[in-house]
Amino acid sequence: MIGEGLQSTNQRKHSYVRDHVEVGFFTDPTVCIGCKACEVACKEWNQVPDDGFTWSGNSYDNTGHLGASTWRHVMFLEQDRQKGNQVTGSMGLLRPQSDMSAVASAEAEDPFRWVFLSDVCKHCEEAGCLEACPTGSIVRTEVGSVLVQNDVCNGCGYCVVSCPFGVIDRRPEPLHDAGGAFKCTFCYDRQKSGLVPACAKVCPTESIVFGRLDDLRARGAERVQQLKQNGYTDAQLYDPTETSVRGIHAFFLILGEPEAYGLPPKPQIPTIYLKSAWTSAFATAIASIIATLAAFAFFS
Amino acid sequence: MTTNSPSEKRLEELREQAWKDGVAPGKGVDVAGGPIPRKPGYYGQPVVKPPVWTWEIPLYFFFGGMAGMSAVIASSAIIFHQVDLARAAMWVAAVAGAVLSPILLIMDLGRPHLFLNMLRVFKHRSAMSMGAWILSAFGACAVPGLIALELHARQIFPGALDQLLRVAAGLLIFGSAIFGTLLATYTGVLIGATAIPAWFLHRVLLPIHFGTAGLGSAAAVLELLGHRVAALNFIGFYAAGVETALLIWLSVDKHGAADRAIHEHGSGWLIRIGEVLNGPLALVLRFFSFVPFAAISFLIGSLVSRVGWIAVGKVSGSDPESVFAAERY
Repeated sequence: MIGEGLQSTNQRKHSYVRDHVEVGFFTDPTVCIGCKACEVACKEWNQVPDDGFTWSGNSYDNTGHLGASTWRHVMFLEQDRQKGNQVTGSMGLLRPQSDMSAVASAEAEDPFRWVFLSDVCKHCEEAGCLEACPTGSIVRTEVGSVLVQNDVCNGCGYCVVSCPFGVIDRRPEPLHDAGGAFKCTFCYDRQKSGLVPACAKVCPTESIVFGRLDDLRARGAERVQQLKQNGYTDAQLYDPTETSVRGIHAFFLILGEPEAYGLPPKPQIPTIYLKSAWTSAFATAIASIIATLAAFAFFS
Repeated sequence: MTTNSPSEKRLEELREQAWKDGVAPGKGVDVAGGPIPRKPGYYGQPVVKPPVWTWEIPLYFFFGGMAGMSAVIASSAIIFHQVDLARAAMWVAAVAGAVLSPILLIMDLGRPHLFLNMLRVFKHRSAMSMGAWILSAFGACAVPGLIALELHARQIFPGALDQLLRVAAGLLIFGSAIFGTLLATYTGVLIGATAIPAWFLHRVLLPIHFGTAGLGSAAAVLELLGHRVAALNFIGFYAAGVETALLIWLSVDKHGAADRAIHEHGSGWLIRIGEVLNGPLALVLRFFSFVPFAAISFLIGSLVSRVGWIAVGKVSGSDPESVFAAERY
């Protein structure tokens, strides 16, 4: 469990690729310290180019969002709510600690919480990008992750609009390997050698946990229970198994609503729209043929 | 305490305003990050990614639709023995569908030299893959179809060979008409089956619009090339009539914040201008027998609305609220 340190699945060598075991990430914001080591480790290992040096003004998050050159993104949420049983509030901090009633009242009128969550490609059970890819560049690996084969991708951009989470993107000029679509590889190269993905390996608090998907799901459910007992009443798992995405392999524990994290509450794989769209297309095709034939039949 | 200094006071005021209204407008003021963000979603960041496609794609939608439906007109003209019209229509089909469309599509790729990878796999669940195959099949029918038709029409070869050419031209033009209807309509499926709210909410309307706009622009181009026949005029009426109905459909079938990109912003204006030009305006001009003006109006309208639909995708994809709102439908 949390705190197991070097003994947990996060650091162990494994043979998941050879054994065809489904793996996943479980990301827990309640232990994240916002150090962004995962972002750095990901960039270093995968040699991802820079994603711009801009000051966003959005808390301590200058990364912004996931993209072609951002495969891990630590979110910094500032909310007017309490985080568990914490004692916070700028007003409260100004008062002397001995006056606990003043702290409590200040907290009630000025609650504040800061949540960090490391976002990543969700590696969907039913992946929109994978279904949309016309070159077969995007594939499912032995461990159930979704992988873009860079040498096959011709940069058509259809995966970009087919991802319900807005993860994958086309890398613009003049960056290295520009023109292709990129996203998290789940460190497939490391996994093949029995190593843990770089972000999970480096995470100092094990906010990012890597391991067998079934183990992680059990662990996530247990962690939610534990947090609820400790006063984190709005803790929940973000794993949309009820929608057409049918669950994600990199799932999250979140405090509050998914919208605040920029996560769609009910993500859908776009292939569910195909049937009605193609029906309309065929009907239009037939109507056009009939109209044209009628035009020539009656006006020739 | 530093709160007495004027700049700190001003900051406090801005914070107060941000608390109350969610925004504090003013030159050089950006309180997006503090004290508590009031933008939708995560600091207003897009939830889905807007399309990366540039000007080539709406132009391809325009030419592809025109080419595909031109082949339909060509095969109908063949059936009713209007060979000159069929020849012109096949020229339009071949030039727009087998030359311009592939060039535009390849130009839009991030890595144009890998365009042949499009034909590496056949995936019926990917509209982009289906489109690549439809366009290839269309080109493979339209170009030899045109060559066979021209050779037959000019009586280059004698007797039996000419008869063979006649049959080949008929079959190939029929084939290009079948793939042509798909070429003109699949583009609606292509953008309709995506994660962009304003697109997938109109996935039934889009193939009708793209296909009918293709049919109307094929007839319009042939009329402008000098084929002022009653059949094309009827097709012009039909297409403009359907587009007028779609304009009404679009203004009735609103989904609030989920598809506001169609009704607001510059993208909304592009859709409206495009639909008016190829719908009611083309219909009225044709009704008063201003045929060339009706044709030009329809062509401009169908091009503008194609540009508009891509613009809608960019606006809707960048709008986190549209994604959240679309989950209700």
